[in-house]
Amino acid sequence: MKIHEYQAKEIFRRFGVPTPRGEMVTTAEDARNVAQKLGVPVVVVKAQIHAGGRGKGGGVKLARSADEAGQLASKILGMKLVTPQTGPGGRIVRRLLIEEGLEIKRELYLSILVDRAVEAPVIMASAAGGMEIEEVAKENPAAILRETILPAVGLQPYIARKLAFGLGLTAEQAQAAVPFLQSLYRAFVETDSSLAEINPLVVTGEGRLIALDAKMNFDDNALYRHKDLLELRDLDEEDPLEVEASNYKLNYIKLDGTVGCMVNGAGLAMATMDIIKLAGGAPANFLDVGGGASADQVKNAFKILTSDKEVRSVFINIFGGILRCDVLATGVVAAARELQLKLPVIVRMEGTNVEQGRQILRDSGLNFTIGQDMKDGAEKAVRLAGGAR
Amino acid sequence: MSILVNEMTRVVVQGLTGREGGFHASQMIAYGTKVVAGVTPGKGGTLHNYVPVFNTVAEAARETHANAAAIFVPPPFAADAILEAIDAALPLVVCITEGVPTLDMVRVAAALRGSQTRLIGPNCPGIISPGKCKIGIMPGQIHRQGHVGVVSRSGTLTYEAVGQLTHLGIGQSTCIGIGGDPIIGTSFLDAIRLFNDDPDTHAIIMIGEIGGNAEQQAAEFIRGRVRKPVVGFIAGQTAPPGRRMGHAGAIISGGTGTAKEKYEVMAAAGIRCVESPADIGQTMAGLLDKSVAR
Repeated sequence: MKIHEYQAKEIFRRFGVPTPRGEMVTTAEDARNVAQKLGVPVVVVKAQIHAGGRGKGGGVKLARSADEAGQLASKILGMKLVTPQTGPGGRIVRRLLIEEGLEIKRELYLSILVDRAVEAPVIMASAAGGMEIEEVAKENPAAILRETILPAVGLQPYIARKLAFGLGLTAEQAQAAVPFLQSLYRAFVETDSSLAEINPLVVTGEGRLIALDAKMNFDDNALYRHKDLLELRDLDEEDPLEVEASNYKLNYIKLDGTVGCMVNGAGLAMATMDIIKLAGGAPANFLDVGGGASADQVKNAFKILTSDKEVRSVFINIFGGILRCDVLATGVVAAARELQLKLPVIVRMEGTNVEQGRQILRDSGLNFTIGQDMKDGAEKAVRLAGGAR
Repeated sequence: MSILVNEMTRVVVQGLTGREGGFHASQMIAYGTKVVAGVTPGKGGTLHNYVPVFNTVAEAARETHANAAAIFVPPPFAADAILEAIDAALPLVVCITEGVPTLDMVRVAAALRGSQTRLIGPNCPGIISPGKCKIGIMPGQIHRQGHVGVVSRSGTLTYEAVGQLTHLGIGQSTCIGIGGDPIIGTSFLDAIRLFNDDPDTHAIIMIGEIGGNAEQQAAEFIRGRVRKPVVGFIAGQTAPPGRRMGHAGAIISGGTGTAKEKYEVMAAAGIRCVESPADIGQTMAGLLDKSVAR
């Protein structure tokens, strides 16, 4: 799960990671008031969307007075912010962070994430703050400092000092880096983050270390033990169909093709998208209905697929295994009937009682096409998606 | 022969008295697996479907000589269950549970180092040596005893590949689903090493996914050490970057972990790569014909 910068900074502050003073606002008037209250010569107006590169798209501006902050806010609020990470569609800005401007001496990069190769949290740091870490990794990998944190040992002070001196910080700043990093590590572990990133981490005119930006992603599997974090979810930042699917506990990702897919299992769902592409079509989505593919889940999946107006045909690819095909077919027929489905539906199923299952589909009198195997099903689904136009 | 599980495997099921654990344990028994014990804290001393239940894994292992564990407990308790099985020094632990928090697995990974335990999973269908032993949730009847080793990160996609093989009359020595999470016990590399050393496995199928570089590591090993024919497929060729495709580990980040990148390394290692998941069985059949002709 992703959250906004201002929310990540609130978490940072709770764990003792220093950030600039500031507040989130949703109106120009509040932006002006917060700027006034901050009482500093320069404030920063930052668009809050779940994508990076906001400065490049015009979503981050400096204001030299409270009035100017208000004016900038009224311009940015409601704008469609396009950044390298949003795609051409951009995102509507609904929230702003109004923050004190700081005198910046140096910009650094710092992050903690779980490295699957070493199976432990890793801290990455570089002196090239403000740059995307992927770019640094490509152009000058030696410039990235890495330290693995052993879970039984934790983040010891020497690791923070090693990184700080590696970044060329002064002895005094290196000393400040110890509690800074330990606080950040605690925030990372105690919220079950998958990523905590500060880009840039700045050294101010007075030599203080401050998280000028903040990004946190959380491990979805661990959210059950962080009810407070769930409240930080911003549904405006997600695709409405994906939100609805998540309410049904369906794993759904919208894509831009015309063949709707309903598959059990994530690997098979990805492979189904691939084979649709190979058959000359384009998948409209990734959808994993789960291993069991119950009648209810099939119905919910139909609802999601048919609310995507681009979908021209639906390809159901279920490898039942223990699930009986007659049970699955009965569920598919009932759901299609109840929802008065008009789209062509291509069903490929495998598992126990596959012949009975096919017979149930044929006898239903509904618009079902049977795929003999995965390839046949995909080809028919692509053809019917084109034919329906 | 086969790898990791066979007729001698004696299984303790952690979470036997739960809905999932109970159902799949009975399916495993029906397949012929020796399920010798169950563990549910607080239900020790009882019987569940004629299987004795114990309070701890250590007690179950001591009393029944179990040498493998199957874990079906819910995600909040899964890491603890794995750690308990490691503590009981079981040589093989198969964790089926989906949704284990990553930081829990960081602790498990640390405990596995230097232990006597091999972990398979979590978030996996399990392992089966057809005709001998099944630990997991895969449908037993689609398998057939034979000489192709199958290793995969997926569940149903593995069934798809196995189904194709069996349909063509090609049997399997052992099929392992290693799981779709970022941190897992047995890797592609581990599994392929074992298949390479198993004289009864004549060829290998490797089914990967976008995300991480486990397939590339295995490919490097195959390039240098494996003379058996290998067929490879990567799911997610059409996946958009930055999105988690169902499996927690299936995400392309920062332009790495793409299907294209994996295919390139795999092809360079001499792996016969297929673009279509429908061609896995046929391609293996072609390679086996050739190696027999040789």
